[in-house]
Amino acid sequence: MIGLSHYLILSGILFSIGLVGVLRRKNLLMLFFATEIMLNAANIAFAAISSHYHDMAGQMFAFFVIAVAASEVAVGLGLLVILYKKYGTLDLDAYTVMRG
Amino acid sequence: MITIAFYFFAVLTTLLFLVTVMSKNVLYAMTSLAAGMVLISGLFFILGADFLGVVQLIVYVGAVMALYSFAMMFFDVNKDVKEKNGSAATVFLLGGAIALMLVVLFSAPVIGQGAASLYPEPMGANNPQAVGLILFTKYLVPFEVAAVMLLVAMIAGIILAGKKMDLSLSTTEEEIPEATLGGDK
Repeated sequence: MIGLSHYLILSGILFSIGLVGVLRRKNLLMLFFATEIMLNAANIAFAAISSHYHDMAGQMFAFFVIAVAASEVAVGLGLLVILYKKYGTLDLDAYTVMRG
Repeated sequence: MITIAFYFFAVLTTLLFLVTVMSKNVLYAMTSLAAGMVLISGLFFILGADFLGVVQLIVYVGAVMALYSFAMMFFDVNKDVKEKNGSAATVFLLGGAIALMLVVLFSAPVIGQGAASLYPEPMGANNPQAVGLILFTKYLVPFEVAAVMLLVAMIAGIILAGKKMDLSLSTTEEEIPEATLGGDK
């Protein structure tokens, strides 16, 4: 039988995958993807706890997380387009301006 | 049956997200991310959160991934991403340790004492009805604030990406005008 702990463990695994992505990647677009993975992992945990306690608050939070993610992508991709036009790359190391 | 479905979705989602994180090709990463999000909506349906699953399909897979694939037109996605990585073992150790700590931190009080239900599901209402009842009564103000936030994000996206769209789409040698920098050079 699948209980709450299964979903929480799955959510933890997905979150750690996203965290490894954030720590490991240097490409800005890949960092955005890793952020989406972490947000999705949090949504799974919210929905699982909401279903376990028969409580709607968790699902409400998941809706607002989705709304925040959508607006983050809209603004972030605009910034990425400007950065790519300016520098010609999305590599984080290329934006380093302080030498020393 | 639910057990089989859970393990099916869980294993496939984990594998697809691992592809997203490890892949060197941006297009492969984006495609596997979209597929993983479709499977996560399956998990929501298993949990009985029908409306959340539909919103996940429409907003994440429909809007967010479409936005990403639209942005792909601005970037050079044919060549592989070159990255200078440090030691992988440290990163995996750090990521795993921090995630484990977060899970224990947040799930300990929930499992330990048994949290009280703040907004219980209304009796005799199916999931979309219950969502509507709670969202438009208890969460009305956050809902309106989220609407304003989406409007601000839309205007910001238009202004950031649409500025000088007709001039130069080819990389390099472009100055951002000083007006946008706001500096006093």
